[in-house]
Amino acid sequence: MSGANRIAGAGRLTPAKTVRFTFDGDIYTGLEGDTLASALIANGVHLMGRSFKYHRPRGVLGAGSEEPNALMGIERDKARKQPNVRATVQEVFEGMTAVSQNRWPSLGFDVGAVNDLLSPFFAAGFYYKTFMWPKAAWQKLYEPVIRAAAGLGVSPDEADTDHYTSRYIHCDVLVIGGGVSGLSAALAAARTGASVIICDEQAHAGGAFAYEAGVTMNGEPGFDWAVAAANELAAMDNVRVLTRTTAFGYYAQNFVGLAERVTDHLADPEPQQPRERLWQVRAKKVILATGAIERHMVFANNDRPGIMLSSAARKFLNHYGVAVGTKVGVYTANDSAYETAFDLKRAGVSVEAIVDCRDHPGEGLLERAADLNIEVLTDHSVINTSGARRISAMTVKRNRGGAGRSIAVDALIMSAGWTPSVHMFSQSRGKVAWDADTQRYLPGEYAQDCTSVGACNGTDDLQATIDEAVAAGLAAGKATGGKRAAKPKLAGSGAGNWSGGMAGSAAGAGPDTTVKAFVDFQNDVTAKDIRLAVREGMHSIEHVKRFTTNGMASDQGKTSNIHGLAIAAEALGRDMPEVGLTTFRPPYTPVTFGSIVNHGRGKLFDPARKTPMHGWEEEHGAVFEDVGQWKRAWYYPRAGEDMHAAVNRECRTVRAVAGLFDASTLGKIEVVGPDAAKFLDLMYTNGWQKLKPGRCKYGIMLREDGFIYDDGVVARIAEDRFHVTTTTGGAPRVLNHMEDYLQTEFPELDVWLTSTSEQWAVIAVQGPKAREIIAPLVEGIDLSNEAMPHMSAREGKICGVPTRLFRVSFTGEAGFEVNVPADYGRAVWEAIWARAEPLGACAYGTETMHVLRAEKGFIIVGQDTDGTVTPQDAGLSWAIAKSKPDFVGIRGLMRPDLVAEGRKQLVGLKTKDPKTVLEEGAQIVADPNQPVPMKMLGHVTSSYWSENCGQSIAMALIADGRARAGETLYVPMPDRTIEVEVTGTVFFDEKGERVNG
Amino acid sequence: MADIQAASPQYPLDGMVAGSALVQITPAAPASRLALRARPDAIAPLSKALAVKLPQEPKTSAQGTAAKTKGRRALWLGPDEWLVIDESGADLMAACQGAGGTFSAVDVSNRNTAIIVSGPAAEAVISAGCPQDLSLKAFAVGACARTLLGKTEVVLLREEADVFRVECWRSFSAYAFAFLAEALRDPMV
Amino acid sequence: MLLIYCPYCKEERPEIEFRHAGEAHIARPTDIKAISDEDFEGFFFIRSNPKGIAFERWRHVHGCGRFFNAVRDTVSDKIIMTYEAGKPRPSDEEIQARLKELAL
Repeated sequence: MSGANRIAGAGRLTPAKTVRFTFDGDIYTGLEGDTLASALIANGVHLMGRSFKYHRPRGVLGAGSEEPNALMGIERDKARKQPNVRATVQEVFEGMTAVSQNRWPSLGFDVGAVNDLLSPFFAAGFYYKTFMWPKAAWQKLYEPVIRAAAGLGVSPDEADTDHYTSRYIHCDVLVIGGGVSGLSAALAAARTGASVIICDEQAHAGGAFAYEAGVTMNGEPGFDWAVAAANELAAMDNVRVLTRTTAFGYYAQNFVGLAERVTDHLADPEPQQPRERLWQVRAKKVILATGAIERHMVFANNDRPGIMLSSAARKFLNHYGVAVGTKVGVYTANDSAYETAFDLKRAGVSVEAIVDCRDHPGEGLLERAADLNIEVLTDHSVINTSGARRISAMTVKRNRGGAGRSIAVDALIMSAGWTPSVHMFSQSRGKVAWDADTQRYLPGEYAQDCTSVGACNGTDDLQATIDEAVAAGLAAGKATGGKRAAKPKLAGSGAGNWSGGMAGSAAGAGPDTTVKAFVDFQNDVTAKDIRLAVREGMHSIEHVKRFTTNGMASDQGKTSNIHGLAIAAEALGRDMPEVGLTTFRPPYTPVTFGSIVNHGRGKLFDPARKTPMHGWEEEHGAVFEDVGQWKRAWYYPRAGEDMHAAVNRECRTVRAVAGLFDASTLGKIEVVGPDAAKFLDLMYTNGWQKLKPGRCKYGIMLREDGFIYDDGVVARIAEDRFHVTTTTGGAPRVLNHMEDYLQTEFPELDVWLTSTSEQWAVIAVQGPKAREIIAPLVEGIDLSNEAMPHMSAREGKICGVPTRLFRVSFTGEAGFEVNVPADYGRAVWEAIWARAEPLGACAYGTETMHVLRAEKGFIIVGQDTDGTVTPQDAGLSWAIAKSKPDFVGIRGLMRPDLVAEGRKQLVGLKTKDPKTVLEEGAQIVADPNQPVPMKMLGHVTSSYWSENCGQSIAMALIADGRARAGETLYVPMPDRTIEVEVTGTVFFDEKGERVNG
Repeated sequence: MADIQAASPQYPLDGMVAGSALVQITPAAPASRLALRARPDAIAPLSKALAVKLPQEPKTSAQGTAAKTKGRRALWLGPDEWLVIDESGADLMAACQGAGGTFSAVDVSNRNTAIIVSGPAAEAVISAGCPQDLSLKAFAVGACARTLLGKTEVVLLREEADVFRVECWRSFSAYAFAFLAEALRDPMV
Repeated sequence: MLLIYCPYCKEERPEIEFRHAGEAHIARPTDIKAISDEDFEGFFFIRSNPKGIAFERWRHVHGCGRFFNAVRDTVSDKIIMTYEAGKPRPSDEEIQARLKELAL
């Protein structure tokens, strides 16, 4: 048996298909197709959660995605736990585990409910006003406690094991909503041959037909027609039907995000099935068929479990076959609740009374109620309710006078009217317009190429809805290139017409009362709170919203916005349209991080770039460091070595014998064309016209403001061909910078730029034995000092492979950089290694590279410079060609601040205690005993232990640094002050003789 | 010069395979590639020298015009930019040496590598990460474009209705391959 | 995500293929070395940042690689028109005419 409240013969689920699940540890039986909400109600469970602020007992309000109350944790295992799932959306499956939230120790007895008693203190604005003083207490006390108490649900403890996928998709027509209007529009659009996507957030198409019994379409029951229509669409080649798919965001130019829940309803998803699929749709036309959402009545204690929207009760009955109670009360300002009452009564449920706050219900309703023996109390209101964990009675009173009468009920259904669902329209930046006749906001001015049809457009009559949708579908199809097509013949009848109703607080919850009449259930906002906000000076609806948090919960105020607006308008004494509606923003309903991230997790979070020699480096024990997206060999520890020992050994070995270094990540740009040298003259501070083919030069690139942007060695391969290198991290932006100037400032130059960063593997062989190591492998190049001096470049072969061989050095040693086509990088490296290892050379990583270059005072752009350093500051004035008429940065260098006295200059630092290694970034002062805040002279940019110098070395940017050579300065640290001496930047081989071998 | 063992190449996606009933993902064969930039005066001479007519329409490619260059393709990447791909081992740099006009030819054979995505789900799998409309109407056979696949840049060429060539820089190829292999887990077409 | 018409690829492409590149029509002075500090300030540091019609540079960086110019309304975030780098700034009439076209 799938619950005592299941009515035999009612609903569309199959009684034999039972599903067992647990809720808060108890086992229940539901039916396949049930939502968690319908299954629990079938089992007599109405208490499903505790409210956010006051911890009041709550049941379901709705039967769909508007649900503000019944938020659950759904768990498959420790990794797959989803908090804040709406019980009205989650379908049950065999073995499902659901837990209630925001309660302790249990849902029935919740300690936090004391907040409800203390509620006079928790009025809107309470937190803003109360936790201001003392200031320090916020961080240490208030925030942690409030954070722990606030928030709903519990995050999973382990990484999500599900996978998520994404798909860009383009279509002619996107129809959002699979009710009668969406289906009609899709059927029409599809006939034109246009490509159509239709989505609906529910498990099935049909929208309101799921509960509107008595509707017929072309003579058959409405819901059956909807199912058949969806099937017909799904069978068409040009149509994609997506159910369980929420259009959550409407972005620029008809870009719409759809989140499809693929497996959340399955007991045993196939491993390859993604949990969710994110559709990123670009549609030529969008048809909004998003329907309308019923509003609740705002009256005292309108939030007890068992009190819900009439449409929800009707769906539970007509779709799921579940009676929401045995003695049902009805409170309404609208005709739709009558239909629910009639359906319930016909299904055998006792309807105790229909309380209608209006004098005159719709035509024929009183007679139909009388036929069914239902008492109708017009011009009456429900002014209160009672019941601890479920409603037990309602107090009914004639409007304007009379005594209250208590009527025992175990469920109360209500309807204040219907709010057209303009969320997606508003997200598209369309402007809503107030329709005074029907007292509701409707789509006004459109900002994008979309159309609204049906209830979301304020069209109430069924046939009018169908005709409007069909016309929109045909028009959209034709406008996007479809052919002319005949209208599908669709005739509907038997649906209610539900305009009208009320907005704002009902009788007994007006301005003169202090009762708890909830407007926003999820954020526990009452009518009183909104009036307080107005009294406190919030006169704009946007301020009222933020002060009270009305409509700011994850349900986005689907049921509360209009009520909140009406109450604020009343308190302000203005009309609703004057007060204005808040803007709807994505997402329509919460979207999981999984969907948003989709493929981009784990190894697909970010590309990990590896050089051709990466495998060898791994095999030889390299430890890697991340340099941008690159994985670079950092150092190669041998058995028993820590990083320090490994780097010291590598540093010694390179200077004593030689070392191999993978420099493949260096950015490379091939600059080709008759104007290549002319272009480089403009891009670099140096002069290039006179550089001979076969020669290299160190170049500095500035931005227009005169600050160093990048540096690197440039080789001239031929008259019209240069091989430019950039820093590893700078490669893309340097190419962009050069392209920018070439395309937009100097387009007349005949020269082109091509990235060759990855064409070449680069093997740096550095050290006294570098030549001896590579010589036997090289063909066609004279490697002698005379034929190939420092800063030269040759083309030839190495290991039978074409090479661009550079005689360059970033270590101060004689050395070569072997460029070979990347496919051959590893093989050539291995051949060189086979020569190098027996000679006592080593492989070295980026840390050793850093130390060796610092010993020589070579800067690293981005480490020793920070975007505010000029070549003069860095001691590189020599690299600025004096005679050039122009280069990027030439004017910037003349700016007053750049030529002023006292600029920070790059200098060397030696610690007085040679063993002390400074921290990079440490500040430098002249007098360590001055009062705080001290006057900072500059900071340490690079600092290492230099095994070759036998002491620590550092570089620093210091005000007037070069004039301070020999001075003692101080580096204050938290635990001590370090004494340093200002020196030149070259610590090793000051004369620079070693590069010549 | 002792006996130097000639170095043998190692390709970035060597040995990688992925696929399902609906799509196969395989590394493309090694190829010669040319990044070609040219002023209008060089287009005709280069087309002749390379025996493939450099296309001048955006998003189009052309196949070789001579018998031995049938497999050669020139892809329009920009108004003065082409990518020439040849899997026959031809020396493309040498081929355009001496062609008339103002141009730049750079060998990028080893900079790029390619992945072939084929099968009925090929378009769907690439659409997991490519924001362009890849329907045959918008991206016909022979169409090509530099675009994005997930977080990496690629050059996409539709070789047949259900065969795509995905060219990317070699250090991004492992990512691109892994992305496609992950995307194909979703059985939707 | 916007669709941006690339004047070189001659079709609309998704925004993520593009990169914004600052204000358009700020020409680098031909004799930059000789300009005054004030002129350099105006050229390098000062940008108009208008509310409404803005002239911008974009680069189709993950496409044809070309820089081009765009007229964008910063209030509606709609790109009104794009044109090739080096072309003159469109006149008010041209922009108004294009706006009328877009409204249809």
